[in-house]
Amino acid sequence: MLEVEIISGRTLDQGATVEEKLTEEYFNAVNYAELNEEDWKALGLQEGDRIKVKTEFGEVVVFAKKGDVPRGIIFIPMGPYANMVIDPATDGTGMPLFKGVKGIVERTDEKVLSVKELLEAI
Amino acid sequence: MEETVNVICTFCGSVCDDGLFDVEKFKSKRFCKLGSSKFSKKERIKAPMIDGKEVSYEEAIEKAAEILVNAKRPLLYGWASTVNEAIRLGVILTEKLRGVYDQCASVCHAPGTLAVIEEGLPGGTLGAIKNRADVVVFWGANPMEAHPRHGMRYSISAKGLLVKDRKQRKVVVVDVRPTKTAKLADEFIQIKPGYDYPVISALRAIISGNADAVPDEVGGVSKEKLVELAETMKNARYGAVLYGLGVTQSRGRDRNVENAVKLIQLLNRHTRWVIWPMRGHYNVVGAGEVPAWEVGYQYAIDFSRGYPRFSPAEFSAVEVLKRGDCDAALIIASDPAAHFPRAAVKHLKKIPVIQIDPFPNMTTLLANVVIPSAVAGIEAEGTAYRMDAIPLRVKKVIDTNYWSDEQILEKLLEKVEKLMG
Amino acid sequence: MHHALHIKNGIVIDPKNGVKAEKMDIFVKDGKIVEESEIKGEDVKVIDASNKLVVAGGVDMHAHIAGSKINTGRTMRPEEMRVVRNIANKFRAAVGRVLLTSPAIGYEYAKMGYTSSFEAAQPPIGALHTHEELDAIPMIDKAALPVFGNWHFTFKYVEAKDIEKLKTFIAWALERTKGFGVKVVNPGGVEAWMYGGNVTSLDDQVPGFNVTPREIITSLIKATEELKLNHSVHLHCNRLGVPGNYETTVETIKLAKGFSNDARQVLHVTHVQFNAYAGDSWRNAASGAEEIAKTVNSMDNVTIDMGQPIFGHATAMTGDAPFQFTLHRLTGSRWSNKDSEVEGGAGIVPIVYLPKNPVHALQWAIGLELGLLVDSDKVVLTTDYPNGGPFTEYPYVMAMLMSRKMREGELANVSPYVQKATNLPAIDTEKTLEEVIHMTRSLPARVLGLPQKGHLGIGADADIAIYNLNPLEVDTSNDFEKVYKAFKTAEYTIKSGRILVKNGELVDEYWGTTYWVDATGKVDLEAIKPDLEDYFKYYSVELQNYGVEERWLRRPERIVV
Repeated sequence: MLEVEIISGRTLDQGATVEEKLTEEYFNAVNYAELNEEDWKALGLQEGDRIKVKTEFGEVVVFAKKGDVPRGIIFIPMGPYANMVIDPATDGTGMPLFKGVKGIVERTDEKVLSVKELLEAI
Repeated sequence: MEETVNVICTFCGSVCDDGLFDVEKFKSKRFCKLGSSKFSKKERIKAPMIDGKEVSYEEAIEKAAEILVNAKRPLLYGWASTVNEAIRLGVILTEKLRGVYDQCASVCHAPGTLAVIEEGLPGGTLGAIKNRADVVVFWGANPMEAHPRHGMRYSISAKGLLVKDRKQRKVVVVDVRPTKTAKLADEFIQIKPGYDYPVISALRAIISGNADAVPDEVGGVSKEKLVELAETMKNARYGAVLYGLGVTQSRGRDRNVENAVKLIQLLNRHTRWVIWPMRGHYNVVGAGEVPAWEVGYQYAIDFSRGYPRFSPAEFSAVEVLKRGDCDAALIIASDPAAHFPRAAVKHLKKIPVIQIDPFPNMTTLLANVVIPSAVAGIEAEGTAYRMDAIPLRVKKVIDTNYWSDEQILEKLLEKVEKLMG
Repeated sequence: MHHALHIKNGIVIDPKNGVKAEKMDIFVKDGKIVEESEIKGEDVKVIDASNKLVVAGGVDMHAHIAGSKINTGRTMRPEEMRVVRNIANKFRAAVGRVLLTSPAIGYEYAKMGYTSSFEAAQPPIGALHTHEELDAIPMIDKAALPVFGNWHFTFKYVEAKDIEKLKTFIAWALERTKGFGVKVVNPGGVEAWMYGGNVTSLDDQVPGFNVTPREIITSLIKATEELKLNHSVHLHCNRLGVPGNYETTVETIKLAKGFSNDARQVLHVTHVQFNAYAGDSWRNAASGAEEIAKTVNSMDNVTIDMGQPIFGHATAMTGDAPFQFTLHRLTGSRWSNKDSEVEGGAGIVPIVYLPKNPVHALQWAIGLELGLLVDSDKVVLTTDYPNGGPFTEYPYVMAMLMSRKMREGELANVSPYVQKATNLPAIDTEKTLEEVIHMTRSLPARVLGLPQKGHLGIGADADIAIYNLNPLEVDTSNDFEKVYKAFKTAEYTIKSGRILVKNGELVDEYWGTTYWVDATGKVDLEAIKPDLEDYFKYYSVELQNYGVEERWLRRPERIVV
């Protein structure tokens, strides 16, 4: 298990499929989290593994990928997976906290839900 | 019949207007990956639907009107990916319905609007930046993924009147991780998430001659590095801070932007600087400018008293949904089911939802009435405002049987007016 | 809906046609003022205007009512939007204190008996936005003036002393922006601001170009006169807001010497109050109005408008970007700025005019001095809305110009600084009702070159206002309260023959015309095509996508020169 700070944001692939949200391409563009190589090793992850990301606001299972992020930070593309765990509080601004939410991450065997299944689960 | 025509891109806030589109092949040239995907064939919502059953436009719009009129407080949300002509009808419709108008900036750049209220916006157009800026700082923005051609057209390698070569411009990236944009910057400054505010304060302190007040390290950045950046900024002939969601969506939100604006105010006493948000959608600016002239505010507007009231804490879509403060929703040119936090989507599932969109998305999965629309910039024309609020008229280059957003809303307004008497 | 009106027994003041408070009937058919014979047999609506003043609808020739800086002003100032003027019913919700929403602008002008308003400064690349906002303003006819004084093409052609190409460029620009005339704002100064500076005299060199403000102004006047545009060059002088600037204003006004035009002035200098300061700092600032008035009165080809400050809230918004930054530094207020491509810029700063503040009181007094000292045939009444204050307070200015007593009352409540810094207390001029109507109707219409506006002669547009004031009985010197009240709210406002306002209440909604001037027939656009194509590399949009097409406007009217 690892304590992390979660950042969600745009990616080229996510943007290129944003008008095709019910396709496999979109699913692949948003269903993962990028971890720093050191953190990846610490969690004992392998290619294709899934992780469960938990915050006080919710939890989600996503695929794990190695990425160019500092230690202790994970990056999830903006979208329904990230939105299961980020902070909905807007501090009076109307804007939820999409970036910089504290949580924990652990390896899991649970499957990654499809976009449809995710919506049903809410 | 012309095969290849000029088109103006209707994806991101760069609104590149040098696109070429082969009408026969339905293929674009020159656009980036995002623009190409916009100007390519995708699965469409086939026909208007009520509860999954195909109906005519008239029937769907009639049903939509009924839902909206019968609601006590409908939420009309989205707007950022359609044209001004449609947005204007949307504002008038919301006023008529005594509902709530909110638009995508609410979860994107609205904190910047709050900062404009507090401090103003000392800015410039993209052409001014291209021509004059010898220092460009991307702060919490990653154009290489969100605005891929921005750099070549306006801000990184773009050449202009006083900037004849890429080497005549210094590009700095400030971010929490080494992004694609950071990789082609002259300088990358990594900061700790949530520490934009103190880092900006430190720069203000240094530039105003109070470097003594700054500790050895702020937000993960060494004082030495901060002093260096401050020097770079002070010595610029004309600098630009282009900021993104890294600043608006993280701790501090609008206060981060406010602080950055104050930094720019200070810099303008020494040299020339501008600051501007990297707006995401091709007409999110319009989604805010149109209600501003029609009813006085850019977003989070309630009309329940018959006049507009502005309150981001109360009337933004996320807040309204979280509190269960709306009993119906019209979602247009947007996908809150995918982009809103879970706590807000929960309520969206409970209330009747009308969707107007060309493409099926996650909101389609929970919409009761679905009305397919023409794609603006390809099948429908109209006015859009680029990220720097420059107006461009996006084109119609393909005929279609789909109604445009404008046509749908016109009919909807007509039906609502009839029902309300 | 009646196509014909008979306004009966009103007391008409129509300065253009020499009608001075005479009982006269006015006949309207199909949106125009016609002879009585024309309405025989029509379904006529009779309006009883007995004992009431009947005049042309007001013409506001300089206001900031539409476009990017107005909207940024609104966005910056939600506190301005909290005054509710109309709850949505048959008409749109309308809100605004001094800054107003677009529907509110139309409604408030109409309620006051004004029927035309001109957006004074349109950023050329933002022309479509200006038109979108103009098209969101109901009730009135309108137009916009694109800004030329810091446009690089202007610099280049002035530098090359190529008046032919300058003319061609102006015609091209008016067509592309669907604009009405040549507006000039701090010529050269806004380009200097791109380098952090400003210009301080008519003979400063504009950075990057071999031109001076003097050359820019005279060349633009020459080109405008040769093109015979409806409206003359409309100029916001250099050094606005700087103590001592009145000398530059006088020098600038004299640039009109040597030019002549039978129909109108060759130079209109705008909101002169802001350019009428003597002294050399805010410590000893004083009025320069007398010198300016003397100069204007001695010339027969220059007109001005007042730029009158109204005590209360206001918003400074102009294309004079360096001035706006100076104002921000002076007041510490929030500040917006927009450097615009290679065309110019703009700035916005919230301000307030306080009667006890010596500087504000000085500004207020100077505005009035100009209105009183300059010939009524040469000074238009404006507040440079929203820079000086709301247009809804034009009646205050009207009443003040006509009543020394009212001015004395006001002077007692303002900073005593004006006693020594201006001559206002000593001015006993009381303008007449005819003069004030001229300054708000027939004069601005003539200045703009709109022969069908601002008067009630046969053939004029049926834009008419009826006020609850009997010019044959009212004592404008003493009954200023009555005068003020009467002009605040029209009994009837008629636009193109339609009754829009009755007893100060909106009764009908109407969408006016947007005028634009087409001078392309007088030039060969091909001559500047290579220059445009070459220099457009410094723009961030394609030349093919630059400009506004007529069909995008709601009700355009093309005036061919």
